[in-house]
Amino acid sequence: MIAVDPGLFSSLDPPRLAGARCASCGTVTFPVQEGCARCAGTELAGVPLADRGTLWTWTVQAFEPKAPYRALEGGFTPYGVGYVDLGDVIVEARLLGDPACFEIGMPMRLTLLPLWPGPDGSPVVSYAFRPAGEDA
Amino acid sequence: MSAARAEVSIVGVGLHPFGRHDPALTGMAMGARASRLALADAGVSWADIGYAVGGSNVSGKPDSLVGVLGLTGVPFVNVRNGCATAGVALATAANAIRAGETDLALVVGFDKHERGAFAASPADYGHGDWYGETGLMVTTQFFAMKDRRYLHTHGLSDRLLGQVAAKAFRCGELNPDAWRRKALTEDEIMRARMISPPLTQYMLCSPSEGAAAVVLARGDRAADLCQRPVRLAAAAMRTRRFGSFEVFAPWLPPQVGDSASVDAASAVFRAACVSPADVQVAQLQDTDAGAEIYHMAETGLCADGEQQELIDRGETAPAGRLPVNTDGGCLANGEPVGASGLRQVIDIVLQLQGRAGARQVPRQPRVGFTHVYGAPGVSACTVLTA
Repeated sequence: MIAVDPGLFSSLDPPRLAGARCASCGTVTFPVQEGCARCAGTELAGVPLADRGTLWTWTVQAFEPKAPYRALEGGFTPYGVGYVDLGDVIVEARLLGDPACFEIGMPMRLTLLPLWPGPDGSPVVSYAFRPAGEDA
Repeated sequence: MSAARAEVSIVGVGLHPFGRHDPALTGMAMGARASRLALADAGVSWADIGYAVGGSNVSGKPDSLVGVLGLTGVPFVNVRNGCATAGVALATAANAIRAGETDLALVVGFDKHERGAFAASPADYGHGDWYGETGLMVTTQFFAMKDRRYLHTHGLSDRLLGQVAAKAFRCGELNPDAWRRKALTEDEIMRARMISPPLTQYMLCSPSEGAAAVVLARGDRAADLCQRPVRLAAAAMRTRRFGSFEVFAPWLPPQVGDSASVDAASAVFRAACVSPADVQVAQLQDTDAGAEIYHMAETGLCADGEQQELIDRGETAPAGRLPVNTDGGCLANGEPVGASGLRQVIDIVLQLQGRAGARQVPRQPRVGFTHVYGAPGVSACTVLTA
């Protein structure tokens, strides 16, 4: 398993996203940034983000985006997109699960999103959130 | 605003209608046509122009226009600020006049976009390739998600989106220069193909082609050049501050705050010494129907949640108390990004001069307002007065 970008995860098993916390003002960014968007501080330390949160807003991508988007193996199918409030930071994410049951405020949990095979055949993964009540 | 600050007026306008045109017609050629129309409207020649500002997102370097308009040596600044490009170009030219660089300036915007939704490069916005590859970097997603959040937070119904889009196409029907000139019912709009819920295909503007230009003059020259000059009372541009929810944002802080539109609008009203309550005709960035709804509140034209009542009463239609986007806005004209903000300004100028034709608002307005908003969180606003 390879992350689509090495900076996204603090661990893949179990999956945890990698954020950064500003030493001056406590702002948490995702992914890691070298400068703080709030106070312009430059001392930010890596911090694993919570793997559970609540759905802050959502939609569905119903048409296939143009490049640089790459469809998953098997071609494009509509997918959910949303922002999930993890407490310290609100993160934009692909959503798994039935959009008919998406609701602002519903509990969500982090999961891996298999994308496509990497150069050595092992899967390249990104992250997604799914309703916390659903099985993986 | 100091007493010595020069006044700036709009003395000529030119529009190359937005839409789909001959594939061989370049964005720059449309820009040249719009420029010549604006010069003719002002009754001046290109050689009279002492400063020019041009904007285009994808259709070339605007200062190349000197090759066809005339090699007069004029200073010509290029602007590229996304959907806010034309607003920024206008503010830049006005400042050149106020700084004493010239007493006559041309502002032009043009673009010719390919069909379909915009594609953006993650690197252009400081993001890793993963952000685009995994399908998160699509502007329509942002607009749908901001609408969803806004409607939910303020207890507004999705039906409002259909009402706003229906109003846009009714205005388009009255505007001979509009791209989409067929009125659609709310039901047709609500039941159309879903692009990104809650937005159907008729609730989102399409990238299009077109150009727009205006001639600006220092206030003391305006009356000689134009029977009814429109005063550019103020123009202001702002980028986003911490906490705003903007296009192409992989993360937000938990305390979401005001957008760049709030800051640009409050700055322009302050500089113009005008209150939002004084505005009699407005142009708001309606990249989608929901954007018109929340931009009404972000610019101070109404309170959050008040939109349902205003729209139900028809107050934002041309005959209402606060007509919004009387030329059909982005929804009925599409968006050539570099030109869009000048289309707005031209519509307001025509309304204030009483020459807006079939879409003319009934009570002769004296105070107008324009607002553009674009990625990755920039906004530019103007206050225009008769």
